[in-house]
Amino acid sequence: MITIEKLAKSYAGGGPILRGVDVTFVRGQVVAIAGPSGAGKSTLLRCINGLEAFDAGSIRVENDTLVPGGDRTNAQALAAIRGRVGFVFQTWNLFAHRTALANVMEAPVHVRKTAVSEARARAESLLERVGLAHRANAYPHELSGGEQQRVAIARALAMDPAALLLDEPTSALDPSRKGEVLAVLRALAESGMTMLLVTHDIAFAREVAHRAVVIAEGRIAADGDPKHVLAPEE
Amino acid sequence: MTRATIRFAALVCVLAGLLASPNARAEGGLERVKRAGVLRWGGDLQGGEPFVSQDPGDPTRLVGFEVDIAAGIARVLGVRPEFVENDWSTLVPSLERGGFDVAMNGLEVMPSRAARVSFTRPYYVFTERLIARKGDARVRASLAALAGLRVGTLASSYAFELLRDRSEVVVYEGTEEPYLDLERGRTDAVLLDDIIAARYGEPNPALSVVGDVAQGYYAVAARKSEPDLVAAIDGAIAQMAASGELEAILRRTALWSAREEKLASWTPADQLLMTGGPASDAPPAGMTPRHVLLFIQGALMTLLVSTLAMMLAVPLGLSLALARRWGPRWLDLSAGFYVELYRGTPVLLQLYVLYYGLAPVVRINALTAAVLGLGMNYAAYEAEAYRAGLQAVPRGQMEAAVSLGMSLPLALRRIILPQAFRHALPNVTNDFIALLKDSSLVSVITVVELTKQMTITAVDVRGWLLPGLLCAALYLAMSWPLSFVARRLETRLARG
Repeated sequence: MITIEKLAKSYAGGGPILRGVDVTFVRGQVVAIAGPSGAGKSTLLRCINGLEAFDAGSIRVENDTLVPGGDRTNAQALAAIRGRVGFVFQTWNLFAHRTALANVMEAPVHVRKTAVSEARARAESLLERVGLAHRANAYPHELSGGEQQRVAIARALAMDPAALLLDEPTSALDPSRKGEVLAVLRALAESGMTMLLVTHDIAFAREVAHRAVVIAEGRIAADGDPKHVLAPEE
Repeated sequence: MTRATIRFAALVCVLAGLLASPNARAEGGLERVKRAGVLRWGGDLQGGEPFVSQDPGDPTRLVGFEVDIAAGIARVLGVRPEFVENDWSTLVPSLERGGFDVAMNGLEVMPSRAARVSFTRPYYVFTERLIARKGDARVRASLAALAGLRVGTLASSYAFELLRDRSEVVVYEGTEEPYLDLERGRTDAVLLDDIIAARYGEPNPALSVVGDVAQGYYAVAARKSEPDLVAAIDGAIAQMAASGELEAILRRTALWSAREEKLASWTPADQLLMTGGPASDAPPAGMTPRHVLLFIQGALMTLLVSTLAMMLAVPLGLSLALARRWGPRWLDLSAGFYVELYRGTPVLLQLYVLYYGLAPVVRINALTAAVLGLGMNYAAYEAEAYRAGLQAVPRGQMEAAVSLGMSLPLALRRIILPQAFRHALPNVTNDFIALLKDSSLVSVITVVELTKQMTITAVDVRGWLLPGLLCAALYLAMSWPLSFVARRLETRLARG
């Protein structure tokens, strides 16, 4: 469902970060994207939903294609892609001035124009799914990191995405808080959600991922069964 | 006593010392002038030619008929004259405070002034000259005929005294602006001293003299506590008038006419008539309920101008901030230029340009110009407040919003601006309070607001203390609740 061809990108004033990435992701797969820091994992993910522009190549999500530059030609494709692909950030980025419930309701109500009562019921059930029904009226600063990340996952799910992009979702968390987020992700994986998971957590990747892609120096270094591609941590 | 009360008591003592009159001296005024060898006389160079002005050929030299008269008086007293620059509208209070020995700068003798200072015999007889647009038959040469018309004049002038309670008076601070506004139809007539009318009004081809409606006198003002100095200057002027020196001086600036002959034959009875009766020891008029009503009107005008200006500044400032943060490059640059232009030039100048400078192109009334001028100026400050507020919102908020499919405008409206507003609120409140006070500047374009009302009343009641305190109290009454509401709002937003 996501096809990436010859994707290349350099940061202004810096060296190339992606040097021609070709990869295809299929529906229903959980793919772990691993590799050393600075190899381009997060950049690849951020290019897919247009948080970063790229210099060459293309990204196709179902029937919509992003090409380099030309914000205007990309705008329509980008809107369509963002409607179908959810993004979960390393640092959550919950809307600081809204409660947990309002964070989850925000996009369905204002982007998709879902009726408020319907959006509220859906948001409540999503918060329950991530184990936070009791924190619905809390503001982000009143929640722990793990709780905020779980709300952020619920917020992404509220748009009924066909795929979820997760950018190191647990690496900013205290070790004691990682488990609760991993449990949510494990349940999501079991439900058949398509997920691209950038992670350093090799054990978790080996456990939930159907496939692992290793990126090194801006290229695909390995692609295959996580049990083979990812060496267990010493 | 706590330390705070001691400090407060000390402050009160210092203030009381500052307020106490410095006039109480053992030495007489004349004695002091002679001992110092200098007669310090106060005036305002801004009044310009022919009173006192800088010599265009040699700006370090002063010229004008008052310079020559001061020199003549000093010569008779056996001292040297020394000019002291002082804003015209505060010549009398500065004289009372002891800033100079006498004031002499087209000070018209009128009861409200005669009650505060002593006037010598006059050195010039002036008329109040009425000027209107050519062919305007409504304006006739009598004070009674001015009822209901819009008439321009200078603040705290004799003409103002004659016009108040009779016409709709438009008050100016400069001598050129009344005639400019008259030409453009913002007023129906201008009533000012003949010297000013001859210099600034009569040369204008669109205007013509309707006639002279009153007569008055310029005289030297001295402190009431120094009758010996007044007597000595009286003697000096009498000597100059008798010898023909005064006539020669006035002829040099083309100010001599038959009516000036009176200066040589001045009698004590004339003096009594001029100053409005025997030097009255009656207490000054004091503040009346009518004054308080005028103050409240002034405060409402301040509030109206400030509120409307802020209502313009907030959306305009927000647009500028958004243009700078997310607009295309040309818009970003234009917005940046706007902010620098309006922050980098005095708001007084902006008001002048808007009201007088642009008048040949667009004619807007004074209140509109005041609101536009202040609003456009404050928009530059609001833009900076919002820009800081926008910068305080983390990048991730916008990323999260667009990743959920929000368009830029939607993300701004729903996610970024509410948070930026919370960060900007303390600055916006500060700006509004500053605007309340800056709104006093609009008096230069004839809007009478609270501060202007205070200066007018201060002349009426012959004192600054009570009007000043009332004025301060009204400003506080407006700004304090504002701070209070803003703090409440900040707390409420911080909770969310």
